[in-house]
Amino acid sequence: MGEASREIMRQARKQVEEWTPARVHEALAEQHEASSEGQDIVLVDVREKIEWNEGHIPGAIHVPRGYLELQIEEAVPDKSKTVVLYCAGGVRSLMAGNTLKQMGYPNPISMSGGFGQWKNSGLPFVQPRTMSEAQNKRYSRHMLIPEVGEQGQFKLLDSKVLLIGAGGLGSPAAYYLAAAGVGTLGIIDADVVDESNLQRQILHNTKRIGQYKAESARETIEALNPDVKVVTYIDILDETNVARIIADYDVVIDGTDNFPTRYLLNDASLRANIPVVHGSVFRFEGQLTVFKPYDGPCYRCLYPEPPPAELAPSCAEAGVLGVLPGIIGLLQATETIKLLLGIGDPLVGRLMTYDALAGEFSELRLFRDPNCPACGEHAHLDDLPTYSDVCAMPVRA
Amino acid sequence: MANVRLAPVLRASVGGSKQVAASGGNLTEVLADLYARFPALKEQIQPEESLSRFINIYVNDQDVRYLQGLETSVGPNDTVILLPAMAGGR
Repeated sequence: MGEASREIMRQARKQVEEWTPARVHEALAEQHEASSEGQDIVLVDVREKIEWNEGHIPGAIHVPRGYLELQIEEAVPDKSKTVVLYCAGGVRSLMAGNTLKQMGYPNPISMSGGFGQWKNSGLPFVQPRTMSEAQNKRYSRHMLIPEVGEQGQFKLLDSKVLLIGAGGLGSPAAYYLAAAGVGTLGIIDADVVDESNLQRQILHNTKRIGQYKAESARETIEALNPDVKVVTYIDILDETNVARIIADYDVVIDGTDNFPTRYLLNDASLRANIPVVHGSVFRFEGQLTVFKPYDGPCYRCLYPEPPPAELAPSCAEAGVLGVLPGIIGLLQATETIKLLLGIGDPLVGRLMTYDALAGEFSELRLFRDPNCPACGEHAHLDDLPTYSDVCAMPVRA
Repeated sequence: MANVRLAPVLRASVGGSKQVAASGGNLTEVLADLYARFPALKEQIQPEESLSRFINIYVNDQDVRYLQGLETSVGPNDTVILLPAMAGGR
């Protein structure tokens, strides 16, 4: 240190009181115990971002020394607070304290020995979560959106979504959720890829014909985004496994192809309190809604009984325009992201319908049925039929 | 005349149309008018005495179960939607 800097330090020491890490820790602990009135101390870390990322004192706010004059009044608008500053060794914080005094903060404190001595004394610190550089690039367009940001992206990375079916609806939904960085995708599908699937089930391709759909899905997803962990269940969802399988997930996307599974899923999701994003398609039309347990209606509120087979033909019988499940599946992914991030208005209590030929979206209002046997006042989830006996696929020539 | 829109699976019963006009002051009357003209529709959605439970009916986008059910009044330019459950797949 040159003579001029030593002089600056001498002046700063005269102006700015110093506290040891132990004393800072004690003062913070006392404040923690005190009522909301006694929150007088504000802890400010004046180091560079890279130092902050390696670890900082819990509860501290970050105002790097380089931006101190510009940012401190917004960070600590109430100048009557006791501002305790710290840096790595106790030098920068002294100088910062001097600046604060000049700016009208009556009693800034500098922590002697800095973060280094804090850590050496065995005092607690936290390391903020950071993304890798690759992730920062990959998700940059998400993080630029105020409603998402870095915190939102972390939420997506921490989320787990289960897709029932990796077919027409599940393919686009899974693909886009993977692109979005949803950290865990569970896929349950016992089917193998068939050529007739490729008109719409875009997770799969010609080389995968004959392969299990769940595994084909995993291959495609892992190639798109290595951040995503895909858990496959080559199985059919039934009463012996539904509770165990859905338990690990935050949201379930219903891309099933039959009624009994929808009823089964409905009841299990009510028990587990997990929202189900429902979608279905037929030829040129599709519908979707979000079943949020005990908030909006459940599937049984909407359809207490399934239609007879002739009124609910499958895609193999009636056909479907390939792009239709693409649209509905993608809307399911969108609703899922809204639920995971807690933003916007998910389609709870609203059935969105799409008519591709007319180019029309419309909405029907749904209500929870107070007499619903699954989610109503006198619900009895344990003995509700799933209609598996009634819903056998009709045999056609 | 109310405007009745039908889900795809029901259209064959009304000669393939996506929507048909129907007269009647409330839902019961509107349905009666439809059934008189399209008996196949009645076979599909109300073969028994009461409306089948897999069919939902909306008047101006609201589920009639939460309005006045079959007594729900239907005005001249109202839209009635008949919507059974869809499952899709395969």
